[in-house]
Amino acid sequence: MNWSVIIPLLVFLIVIFFIGIWSSRKGAKVSGGDFLQDYFLGGRELGGFVLAMTMVATYGSASSFLGGPGTAYTMGFGWVLLAMSQVVTGYFVLMILGKKFAIMARRYRALTLVDFLKARYNSAPVVILSAAAIIIFLFSAMAAQWIGGARLVESLTGMSYHTALFVFAVSVLVYVTIGGFRAVAVTDAVQGAVMVIGTIVLLAGVIIAGGGVSNIIHDLVSENPNLVTPFGADGNLGKAYVSSFWILVGVGVVGLPQIAVRSMSYKNSRSMHRALIIGTVVTGVIMLNMHLIGVFARPILPGIDVGDKVIPLIAMDVLPAWLAGIVLAAPMAAIMSTVDSLLILVSSTVVKDVYLNYIKPDANVRAIKRASFGVTAVLGTIVYILALDPPDLLIFLNLFAFGGLEAAFIWPIVLGLYWKYANKYGAIASMIVGIGSYIAIHFYNEANGNLFGVHTVTLPVLLSFVAFIVFSLVMKQEAYDYERIRKGEIA
Amino acid sequence: MSNNKTDWRFKVANREALIGCGLALLNFVWWFGFAYGMGSRPVEEYSYILGMPDWFFYSCVVGFILITALVIVVVKFFFKEVPFEEEEETQ
Repeated sequence: MNWSVIIPLLVFLIVIFFIGIWSSRKGAKVSGGDFLQDYFLGGRELGGFVLAMTMVATYGSASSFLGGPGTAYTMGFGWVLLAMSQVVTGYFVLMILGKKFAIMARRYRALTLVDFLKARYNSAPVVILSAAAIIIFLFSAMAAQWIGGARLVESLTGMSYHTALFVFAVSVLVYVTIGGFRAVAVTDAVQGAVMVIGTIVLLAGVIIAGGGVSNIIHDLVSENPNLVTPFGADGNLGKAYVSSFWILVGVGVVGLPQIAVRSMSYKNSRSMHRALIIGTVVTGVIMLNMHLIGVFARPILPGIDVGDKVIPLIAMDVLPAWLAGIVLAAPMAAIMSTVDSLLILVSSTVVKDVYLNYIKPDANVRAIKRASFGVTAVLGTIVYILALDPPDLLIFLNLFAFGGLEAAFIWPIVLGLYWKYANKYGAIASMIVGIGSYIAIHFYNEANGNLFGVHTVTLPVLLSFVAFIVFSLVMKQEAYDYERIRKGEIA
Repeated sequence: MSNNKTDWRFKVANREALIGCGLALLNFVWWFGFAYGMGSRPVEEYSYILGMPDWFFYSCVVGFILITALVIVVVKFFFKEVPFEEEEETQ
């Protein structure tokens, strides 16, 4: 057991835990019909800083802190270039969904993404399809992050995988269950701050250990000049492939339910404006630093063959143990903040979109409260049990979670907001085509290499767009009146 | 209640969404142009700025600073604050 690393991590967990509990007490005062809005959206009162941080932290997951830098280690600057396509998410999501989504969500009294789609399209198949997609895909994504979190704790502390998973699960579960969305958002803000500071400290440590940037670059060039080109270590990182990440991790993020739901949680347009600026800066700093660390680590610690281990190993190599413990709280924070957001989102989908829509529409406040706490706790426990010995199906479904959800939701959300001829036929066709073609192209690409040299997500996003337009216009040409529904009445 | 007139806030929202698309497009062109425009030269011809290869410095470092500056300008000068709650023109 490596106590000098364990102690800072433990302190971090305890701090997060108490912040979660503390922020939940604010929600305890709310009663009546507002409970759901409070539990699942934090009462729509997020300020600019917390909004920006929760968006970045939800989005930045194990892949930004472990997988991505690990790939940069093998691929060189080309992968840092690819990662920088994510800066766009810092402003794009909030600018696109922006004020219209905030206004319409309030007008529909929507608490979840499914609520919004239900009110906009007024169609049971849309509700069922979207709820099913969220529950299945995000549940698997959550489990995958959970496994990543436990592996990280395992590798850092020397605890067994099962103990690590238990520690990780309990700390997340408790604050999410009792604190709801507010606890998630506030802990995300703290975790986001840890992520920013951690990446800056580690980058500085790596540059010092490597004897300055010029020195590191010189070592890279003499090892393999391709490492400093945009084309990857083997020279086969194509322009089209790298550019297609602008869809997967850039503009397509608008379609991710866990991100979209945050765009209805803020207090006012001033919060949104502040979040736009803070979000852009924070995303850029984190992505640039983490991936540079990955590349710069190469001459310092050559020969690491498991990508996920690059960051933990380099941190422990270049920093004093106690500081490494603090810095390694950053990937831990990234994983926790993604897991907690997914947990509360899946729970809200089950409670609000399934239970209240179809099972017990007339549930009273006490029953709703009990269901909300209960479902969150039970879902978390199921994920924990599945993560103990992950079934193959889960790993399989997780492959589609990110891109598949984007292809399914981007057009129903964006066109539903801005195109008045968007209707339920278009939305249903778009979701089916999006997910269906994503799965088909995934298998095609696996067998034959990338179709047109671009990432799997590209074509499904285009196809689902075409399907949306064609089916909307062919089935029924009727302009939607955004003014028709006033506050409080859902069609 | 003016049911036929478009909510003025929607005009603001639509304009800001278009600005978002414009920024993203500019961001992409800058990123792509410097990365592949300068990065496609042979490595021996690269120059280094602050130790980093020039294409990367312009594409990713300057590009990030530039886009951050633009976001700040756009938000401060072109984005309008609007109320999100319904306006009760007629009660």
